[in-house]
Amino acid sequence: MHYNFHWRPVLQALPQMLAGCVVTVEIAALATAIGIAAGVALALGRTSANRTAAGLALAWIEFGRNTPGLFQIYLAYFGLGSFGLHLSSFAALTAGIAFNNASYLAETFRGGLRAIPATQARAARSLGMSGPQAFRLIVLPQLFRIVYYPITNQMTLSVLMTALGLTVGLDTDLAGVTQQLNVLTYRTFEYFSVAALLYYLIAKAMMLVSRLLARRLFRY
Amino acid sequence: MFDATVSLQDVLFMLHGAGITLLLTFWAVLGGTVLGLGFGLLRATAPGWPSLALGAVLDVFRSVPLLIQIILVNAFAPILGLDLSAFTIGCIVLATYGAAYCTEIVRASVLAVPLPTRRAARSLGMTWWDDLTAIVLPMALRVGLPGWIGLALGLMKDSALVLWIGIIELLRSSQIVITRTQQPLLVLGIAGAIYFVISFPIARAGAWFERRWHDQ
Repeated sequence: MHYNFHWRPVLQALPQMLAGCVVTVEIAALATAIGIAAGVALALGRTSANRTAAGLALAWIEFGRNTPGLFQIYLAYFGLGSFGLHLSSFAALTAGIAFNNASYLAETFRGGLRAIPATQARAARSLGMSGPQAFRLIVLPQLFRIVYYPITNQMTLSVLMTALGLTVGLDTDLAGVTQQLNVLTYRTFEYFSVAALLYYLIAKAMMLVSRLLARRLFRY
Repeated sequence: MFDATVSLQDVLFMLHGAGITLLLTFWAVLGGTVLGLGFGLLRATAPGWPSLALGAVLDVFRSVPLLIQIILVNAFAPILGLDLSAFTIGCIVLATYGAAYCTEIVRASVLAVPLPTRRAARSLGMTWWDDLTAIVLPMALRVGLPGWIGLALGLMKDSALVLWIGIIELLRSSQIVITRTQQPLLVLGIAGAIYFVISFPIARAGAWFERRWHDQ
């Protein structure tokens, strides 16, 4: 092995990389939040009696689950330009991940909704709640309890997906910052192994926080 | 405006890229399944810390972005003095990544076989190996197959990431066509349709297996 590892420049760049971690978590959180909202809407659309809504939701879900996430990010970044919609790398990455999240979460939510007895909503209605009220106050809280762990898994996957921002030229998240440092020094292995460690720590920290949060949220 | 349109040649070029995608997927699924079977059986049957240690190591592959893994191996292979092609590196990384997921599928499926069933097999005079091949694996297959199909499709989709190290697979070939024709939506539409045509029927078959085997 005729290679001298240089770790000092990586340590010096650590603050920049940590700032990149913050952006990474931001993108993942944003994409998950949008994904949850869109996923609930898709799950409701998929099961609705309205044929158009059900068809559109089904098309989104199947398209999102049967094409690569990277492809969806490319579509947001390069493809939307044809409609005169020029997204920044940040927006395209977030939109791509959110789109992907929504399609996978929609199926999770659909399964979760089926696990809630229909009598729950009916009981709420008979107590005088309106349809939306019953959904918001009775069905949704129970749904989130069922799908909490799948959501946290999806969020971890979102963190890992943010690294794809590299391919659309994002230079502020962890992977992007690392790549910027890499092209200046060509210490690819050193920089990216530290980035890998940071991604690992982010993923583990998220799991830990979600477990602790679950204990607090689902005490009863 | 340049009136370069997408020609038949371009579509053929993209289909060739799709061939590379399928080839990558084939090696990744093969390597991932063989490794995953071995590791999974180890995880399910080995006692205590060896199983936990293996689980912790494989968990790293599931907690670090695949793109970063590809970049790292691509940078590390020459350091070791290995002269590997980008395609080989892509296959290796995708296979280990697949193995990390396959291990958990195999472990969960093997553990889903009730212990009394295995004890009954042994008490009928079957050896450990007989029990494994004639009782455990056939029963575990039913539990694990839908997940395994999902994993294979996941690897097919994740294989797009190797474009970063210069492999011209389906997505990279469409990017090249876009650069020439300046029609991103049309070209990406074709690429998406190809991915969909590969993935959708297999996903449906997986769902069918799952439903069929769950009812019995």
